[in-house]
Amino acid sequence: MSHVAQGRGKGGFIAGFLIAPLALYLTFVIWPYVQTFGYSFTNWTGQSPTFDFVGVDNYAALMKDEVFRGALWHNLLLLVFVPVITILLALFFAFMVNAGGRGGAGGVQGVSGSRWYKVIYFFPQVLSLAILAVLFGAIYRSDEGGLLNGFLVKLGVVDPQHPVEWLNEPNFVLWCLLFVVVWHGVGFYLVLFSAAMQTVPKDIYEAALLDGAGRAQTFFRVTLPLLWDSVQTSAVYLGIAAMDMFVLVSTMTSGQFGGGPDHHSEVMATVLMRNFLYFGKSGYACAMGVVMLTLTMILSVVTLRATRRERIEF
Amino acid sequence: MGSTSAHGENSTDGLGRRDLIKRSAALGLIAVPTMSFLSACAAGGDESATKGGAPKGAVTKENPFGVAKGGKLDVVVFKGGFGDDYAKAWEAAFDKKWGTTSSHLGTQEITAKLQPRFNGGNPPDVVDDAGAQQIKLDVLAKGGQLADLAVLLDAPSLDDPAKKVRDTLIAGTVEQGTQGGKFVALNYVYTVFGLWYSGKLFKEKGWTPPKTWDEFLAVCTKAKEAGIGGLAHQGKFPYYINVVIMDLIAKKGGLDAMKAIDNLEPNAFEGSPVALAAVEAVYEVVEKGLLMPGTNGLTHTESQTAWNQYKAAFIPSGSWLENEQLKQTPDDFDMKFLPVPVLADSKLPFEAIRAGAGEPFIVPEKAANKAGGLEFLRSMLSREWSTIFAQQANSLTVVKDGVDPAVKLRPGTQSAVEALKGAGDNTFNYLYTEWYSEMGTEIENASNELMAQRIQPKEWIKRAQAAVDKAAKDPNAKNNRRS
Repeated sequence: MSHVAQGRGKGGFIAGFLIAPLALYLTFVIWPYVQTFGYSFTNWTGQSPTFDFVGVDNYAALMKDEVFRGALWHNLLLLVFVPVITILLALFFAFMVNAGGRGGAGGVQGVSGSRWYKVIYFFPQVLSLAILAVLFGAIYRSDEGGLLNGFLVKLGVVDPQHPVEWLNEPNFVLWCLLFVVVWHGVGFYLVLFSAAMQTVPKDIYEAALLDGAGRAQTFFRVTLPLLWDSVQTSAVYLGIAAMDMFVLVSTMTSGQFGGGPDHHSEVMATVLMRNFLYFGKSGYACAMGVVMLTLTMILSVVTLRATRRERIEF
Repeated sequence: MGSTSAHGENSTDGLGRRDLIKRSAALGLIAVPTMSFLSACAAGGDESATKGGAPKGAVTKENPFGVAKGGKLDVVVFKGGFGDDYAKAWEAAFDKKWGTTSSHLGTQEITAKLQPRFNGGNPPDVVDDAGAQQIKLDVLAKGGQLADLAVLLDAPSLDDPAKKVRDTLIAGTVEQGTQGGKFVALNYVYTVFGLWYSGKLFKEKGWTPPKTWDEFLAVCTKAKEAGIGGLAHQGKFPYYINVVIMDLIAKKGGLDAMKAIDNLEPNAFEGSPVALAAVEAVYEVVEKGLLMPGTNGLTHTESQTAWNQYKAAFIPSGSWLENEQLKQTPDDFDMKFLPVPVLADSKLPFEAIRAGAGEPFIVPEKAANKAGGLEFLRSMLSREWSTIFAQQANSLTVVKDGVDPAVKLRPGTQSAVEALKGAGDNTFNYLYTEWYSEMGTEIENASNELMAQRIQPKEWIKRAQAAVDKAAKDPNAKNNRRS
């Protein structure tokens, strides 16, 4: 009896601590979600507390909205390319920095100067997205004053009368943005993977070396399998970043909240914001928000499931 | 591999927990991208936020809205090209006269700052709703958030109580601020739109300002030969090149062609030879390579600064340009305004210009001190306050003869004033940008494609007409009519 009573007392004690944060979480996180869901069935303009209930009209309109469908497609493209490219590059660099060197007593060390590389690679991560937008805005600038154009003109590759309008070219704009995201992210994941690699016991590498494994073999047979958990988590994080992209697209590309030229860099978040704040179709924008939330949740679950592997213990 | 298993034995538990934490952190982050948008969606409380209401004063001839002495006045102004010093001077004058305490907020983030307040039912008393982040007036009007300013128009003018405020305004002000048949926004700054050039550059090169489109193309060609661009435009914001396209349409086809677009006629663009001729004329600039290289991808400041560095002969803009570029303009630049040159057989003369009231000031319907807000607007339309604005912001107001002649204007503004005099009654102004945000955006997208040579004039016409037809389905379309 005393055991149960004690248990209850403990439960109450713990609950006492949890009530305040739980209430905050419900009020500021869960309740807005519920409200958004509610608003997605109305014709709310976003500038007035009055609105009418319109049923699933917003969702029906969303199905037919070509701009939104295009944006969804762009998000999916980014969803594939952002994690894949970032992780591959980060893994490659991390491997080179940690175990890519040759010679030395143990045979397991980074290429020379690897300590510096780690620091330098991490630099881009320190910059905020707003600074990145300005920085790359200057790089992609569409006249000769842009870094890329200036360089290419000097090389004689580009005609100064017709500089490349990087962010105004339907075929380039998305890739230009992708480059920024990858450039920004690689350093962080390099450090993350480095940390994970350092937890791998050196004797495994030594054994592999003794068995005559080359760099590539060491990487694919030893390093990658032992890092799988980190890679998986990174994929989810990067996937979420790819589903967002709002800051870069809205500040770097043309159009109200970005998305230009002519919707070629549109992502769901920019379409949402334009409808929400500029066109005064907030109910419709809330429907988009609900769709985004659903997709992101599906994405996370699928990524975690699909990449599940047998655990390798060390 | 002995070490591996030994290691494993000890750490199974630890690894599992670490793994769990990692995963739950990742799942928790799902929320991150969506959350900010979703929580932004959450409105404040409903209309129940009724305030005690400001005390009412007696309605007299001097006090037509019944402003109470004392109390508070909440003013929010867009702090853009005009700064916000003028507003501070106004508030001081207002407080002195009415014994009020004004709170002042000058910001560029009008939407971010005010949307929650509109939704929560506690908006400010006066708002200068302008800038890139303005809350669109059509949206506010549809939501019933704007006070009907008809009472203001019918109130006596401060300068001459025998006159109504309505009669002291430049023509077009009322029309410009009307949404769905109601006058809801006082557009205070009188703006002219057209092309701009450097008087110094033209003098040096011996170019004469063109009056016809052919002459315009000739100057652009000469500029190209001299190694500079002909026309620069603010490519990242196709709003500006639309000024040129739409002005050409209005000038060639006359006011009827302009009204056809504002009234969303089924043949506003499609099947209109005037519209096609205008778009083809602009496209000719592109085809002949007379644009400043790279201008299609530049922001407004980048392209305007390049123009200030003599990298292009012309740039389209409104009369806020001079203030906006104050720091980048060389002292001897001698900025000049040029009405958009005309096409052959134009119905309006070269001198005709797009001129209209901009910078909308509004009084929210649910303002706590609505009477104070209205009185503030009435004071703005006095000669005294109008002169304050002209001095501080170097721009004209919609008050007729509202600026003391002693105020000296900068060369660009001065040339705009002269052009305005030359235009006489030949002024026009589009309203579709105020009435139909979505249509405006779609036409801008088409223009962006046109300038980048990715679509041809005929395709532009098709897309613009599609935008018009879509806007015609707006329930407000029947109220938003002009004749």
